[in-house]
Amino acid sequence: MAGTERSPGAAAEFLLRRHRWRPAEALPWLIAIGAYFAFPDYMALGTQILIGILFALSLDLILGYAGIVTLGHAAFFGTGAYAAGLLAARLGWGEPLSALLVAGACAALAGLVSGWVLLRYRGLTLLMLTLAAAIMLYELGNARADITGGFDGVTGIVVKPLFGRFQYDLYGHTYYLYALAVLFVMFLVARRIVYSPFGQALVGIRENLRRMQALGSPVHRRLVTIYTISAAMAGVAGGLFAQSNAFVTLSALGFERSATVLIMLILGGTGRLYGAFLGATIYMLLEDSLAKLSPEFWELGVGLVLVLTVLFARGGLLGLLEQAARRLRRWR
Amino acid sequence: MQHVLNVAVGLLLDGLAYGMILFIISVGLSVTMGLMGFVNLAHGAFAMAGGYVTVTLMSALGVPFLPALAGAFVIVGAASVAFERLLYARLYRANELDQVLFSIGLVFMAIAAFTYFYGPAPRPIRVPAYLSGSVDLGFRTLPAYRVFMVAVGAALVAALWFGFERTSLGAKIRAAVDNRHMAQSVGIHVDRLFTMTFALGSGLAALGGGLAVNLLGLTPTFAIQYLVFFLIVVAVGGLGSIRGAVVAALVLGITDNAGKYLYPAGGAFFIYAATIALLLLRPAGLYGRD
Amino acid sequence: MAMNELALETRGLSKNFGALQVARAIDFRLERGARRALIGPNGAGKTTFVNLITGVLRPSAGAVLLRGEDVTHRSQIERARRGIARTFQINQLFRGLSVLENVCLAVGERTGACNNLWRAAGARPEVVDESIGVLEALRLQDDALRPVGELPYGRQRLVELAIALAQRPKVLLLDEPAAGVPSAESHIILEVFERLPQDIAVLIIEHDMDVVFRFARSITVLVAGAILTEGAPRDIAADERVRALYLGEHAHG
Repeated sequence: MAGTERSPGAAAEFLLRRHRWRPAEALPWLIAIGAYFAFPDYMALGTQILIGILFALSLDLILGYAGIVTLGHAAFFGTGAYAAGLLAARLGWGEPLSALLVAGACAALAGLVSGWVLLRYRGLTLLMLTLAAAIMLYELGNARADITGGFDGVTGIVVKPLFGRFQYDLYGHTYYLYALAVLFVMFLVARRIVYSPFGQALVGIRENLRRMQALGSPVHRRLVTIYTISAAMAGVAGGLFAQSNAFVTLSALGFERSATVLIMLILGGTGRLYGAFLGATIYMLLEDSLAKLSPEFWELGVGLVLVLTVLFARGGLLGLLEQAARRLRRWR
Repeated sequence: MQHVLNVAVGLLLDGLAYGMILFIISVGLSVTMGLMGFVNLAHGAFAMAGGYVTVTLMSALGVPFLPALAGAFVIVGAASVAFERLLYARLYRANELDQVLFSIGLVFMAIAAFTYFYGPAPRPIRVPAYLSGSVDLGFRTLPAYRVFMVAVGAALVAALWFGFERTSLGAKIRAAVDNRHMAQSVGIHVDRLFTMTFALGSGLAALGGGLAVNLLGLTPTFAIQYLVFFLIVVAVGGLGSIRGAVVAALVLGITDNAGKYLYPAGGAFFIYAATIALLLLRPAGLYGRD
Repeated sequence: MAMNELALETRGLSKNFGALQVARAIDFRLERGARRALIGPNGAGKTTFVNLITGVLRPSAGAVLLRGEDVTHRSQIERARRGIARTFQINQLFRGLSVLENVCLAVGERTGACNNLWRAAGARPEVVDESIGVLEALRLQDDALRPVGELPYGRQRLVELAIALAQRPKVLLLDEPAAGVPSAESHIILEVFERLPQDIAVLIIEHDMDVVFRFARSITVLVAGAILTEGAPRDIAADERVRALYLGEHAHG
């Protein structure tokens, strides 16, 4: 990506510098690969964390960059999960990658249609609409238990070997690498988008909708576009979830999942891409150990962290790190 | 035919009683959201707290049912002032996302705290004998508690309507809901007004929570279980509109109740579909201002 | 004057908020290349008028024509794309972004560069070069890479103007552009006005009569949502009604 023939001015350089890879950006991927070798017994949890990161990343695109506040993002995760699950369990479509594509496409369609209708609204109305739409989908799944399996869910999801070659072992090593690869590809797409002029326009909408309208920016089209992309990404996360767990229940669509992904992203930091990585990892690691130990204290802790984050650390953990780094630099 | 009529009357009464609970709990949320634009998802936690205060006053201190309800109203209302001044007031200018996250955080903490002290199991309540039996109207007997609920709800609607439309406090609140800056510039202390309204709304939520125990049961998750319905009442009725809250709560109560009986699998689906349709057509709700 | 020489026209433009009439059948014409000031006492409905022209508000009656085309039923966004740009009385900036990015957004949205999801922002030199050009005109180039929120208010006011200029409008509506700008910098604004392309029609709302008389070649006086009078600055200054209006206002406040 270096090798630009034309020597741009300092200004263009300033803009371009941001989308160039920094050495620190290798860190999460090195950790992920390191974890594969260091904790071979925790690959199932690791896979779920990778899926959580992807889901949170998809939310970051709309919430962190475009400023769309939604309480129903799990609808897309669930759509993808059911699409992949039903394909494998009912139609015997076990090829994992194509099933993932279908999962993403189904969720993208749901995002396109719902986004086109809902994103004309803002504020409390939009909040209520996303919430009600997601619960409506949940209730639809509940009412059509003949398709979704109701509370028992879709079972018997059998996934064929990846590329017809790599079998899934009991400890989920293959799934971990598979999820990591999918996350990496999705991350490249997300990163590309947020540093593009389109991504800048999204930030403009987040920062000042009124001015963007006065500029003649096709705000609705921009929002629907990113909403659809985000939905597709959430759908892929859901598809991975169905494949790696070999079952899907209605909880994949539930309000709790929408709230959890929001909390993960806020914890890590919004509008920063890597906030999703940090937030999802820490949340899910802590949940894995603390929630079993004492559900009440876990819940109290989550609540407390949310309140404190809102009051004192709007940038989440990454924001705190950035602040600390800035202070350190000034201090030196 | 007689059977159908009985079922219909039963469903209607159940639905009305349920709707009244939704109204009593939601009306405070509607007014505070209309007044300060604060998205307070923790409102259900005040209702849940009201339920526990009522039950505790009755079982631990032997307070009779009705005074215990009054106690819940006063105690939770007073406690909410501390929350409002210390926490909520910091976030009036924050965006919706911050308010949502903050109040969801409070809900989690409330659920955790009440689970710690009261356990996750449902808490029973012993309503007095005159409310647990049935009322004989001569041609028909009706369950007394439902009738009581409807009566209490109707009385509160009347009282709130009077307070809102006919008192100077009500006039100030209406003025501030309409246009906060204008109200401020004519000398209304909007901050103090909001603290009072917040306390009143939380107190009413607690009262509703206390009344709900006998009908809906009481566990710590009450704080979130009915939250979506409270929000629907507020959004569909229109922010800050008492009339809207009454209409939306009763319609929601009756349809949800009837839906559960007549079409248990898909009833809820239609409620959400109807909510979405209404909000798409009238984003500010039935009686809200654009 | 021929129709196509009109950059902007309103016919019977009216707006009511309930019983309150904030625009009363305003017939207004702005020729190509006009340098017009819109003055009037506080609450005369000047900003409302701008909001009606730009499409933020829907009129209760009447029409808005942009270069002869009826845009009354066009959205604000469509009108902006047809060449209306405005500045706001209170700065409407992208506070988290740098000065350069603020202007790049305007250029990018105008040229369609912002439709691109895949190329890196800044990879298209023409967008950056043009943005820098606008900033240079306003002497903002040294602040280009600073977050706009860090600038002093007067400089932010210039960025407000820079964004509107970057839209390359046919009709430019300026809502008190010099308000809050220190007098040491307000001459920058006037210099920029002098260098604006001749065929742009400019309407400026301004309280600072120095700015008005140095810039405007004609003045429209708006009172209580209706046009009181229009004319050359000299005639307006001599108009008894206008003098009474302003003397009265000064006497009171």
